Amino acid sequence: MSTIHVDVVSATESLYSGEANCVFAPSSTGEIGIYPKHMALLSTLKPGEVRVETEKGVESIYVSGGIVEVQPDVVTIFSDTAIRANDLDEAKALEAKQRAEEAMSDSQSDQEVSTTQAALAESLAQLQMISKMRGKKR
Amino acid sequence: MASGKEIRTQISSIKNTQKITSAMEMVAASKMKKAQDRMLASRPYSEKISRVIGHLAFAHSEYEHPYMKKMGDIKRVGIIVISSDRGLCGGLNTNLFKSVLSKVVEQQDKGLVVDLCTIGKKATAFFKNSGMEIKATTANLGDAPHFDDLLGTIKVMLDSYDKGEIQQLLVAYNKFENTMTQVPTVTQLIPMVPTEADGMDHHWDYIYEPDAEEALNALMVRYIEALVYQGLVENIACEQSSRMIAMKSATDNAGDMVKELELVYNKARQAAITQEISEIVSGAAAV
Repeated sequence: MSTIHVDVVSATESLYSGEANCVFAPSSTGEIGIYPKHMALLSTLKPGEVRVETEKGVESIYVSGGIVEVQPDVVTIFSDTAIRANDLDEAKALEAKQRAEEAMSDSQSDQEVSTTQAALAESLAQLQMISKMRGKKR
Repeated sequence: MASGKEIRTQISSIKNTQKITSAMEMVAASKMKKAQDRMLASRPYSEKISRVIGHLAFAHSEYEHPYMKKMGDIKRVGIIVISSDRGLCGGLNTNLFKSVLSKVVEQQDKGLVVDLCTIGKKATAFFKNSGMEIKATTANLGDAPHFDDLLGTIKVMLDSYDKGEIQQLLVAYNKFENTMTQVPTVTQLIPMVPTEADGMDHHWDYIYEPDAEEALNALMVRYIEALVYQGLVENIACEQSSRMIAMKSATDNAGDMVKELELVYNKARQAAITQEISEIVSGAAAV
């Protein structure tokens, strides 16, 4: 039986690399199974389980979203390490801008205020995210 | 000539400094190993994602992503500068800032405006003092930076590219060659520079899910982030190894100085004793 080469990587480490009979990935439109000689495919992933079926057994890897690229003989799965939500990214972008403005205006006390503000903004953004996710579940 | 006591205080103060530098050297050496491991661990991600981008350049997609195509005339350029938070690491930051500044001057000569975005305290302080506009900044990332911490800063630059405020985005960081050499590098992020790919000449395209635009967007953003993150971890590895070397030479120099001063001190002591003896002898002769 022919095999397909599978790489599962995250920004901080390589999670799996090797030959497999087939792979299952949680695509954003539903779970997809990939066998050797699959057509070229590019898809976003939602959080879930990646199953790699090899001769020796099934390897199960959790991914928190990401991207899968399929070529006829190679599958590459990019797992996210960061939590992604538009609001959260927006808040982070704002913070980065704010920090720059404060660094430009330059004064020690200002900077202390800004770090506290940044910490506050961060926790607020996280709270927002959590309440949103809870709202979705209900 | 300085008196014996003065020289002695000088020697002891140099010895204290030497203790600090040699401690810093050892700390940097142990951190360097970890930083290098981290750098190697994050390489597969950026290598694989670059390969996918390479494939993509040869896919005949009906949707062309804005990051892939050139945006007419370049009027404004964004540069992301990655530096360390702390000093005492030799000429690492200075060398990088020099190459960034020469790039900036080169662009300004062509009549372009440069927007900066800094990662690390040193870059923020330097470019603020040189009177440049800083759009976004991140600092205090520590030795083990988290991917999340970078996203805000990168998003600011990507947003301004999306809005058409800048037409080109560069990243500047120190590339880790080996422990002895760090190379200041300025590379172009967007528009993307097409890479080589083999055996991709035939006409083909991906199946995109959920659709081409969304899938490509997700991929491009991750690609840019992966490159910047890779730059950051490389810069940290550079920082530690450069600090180790700087502190090693500082320790050696302190040792040399102590040796020289001890020689001066001994000579002064000997001269004082000789003088005292000759005074006693001449005093005895006078009696």
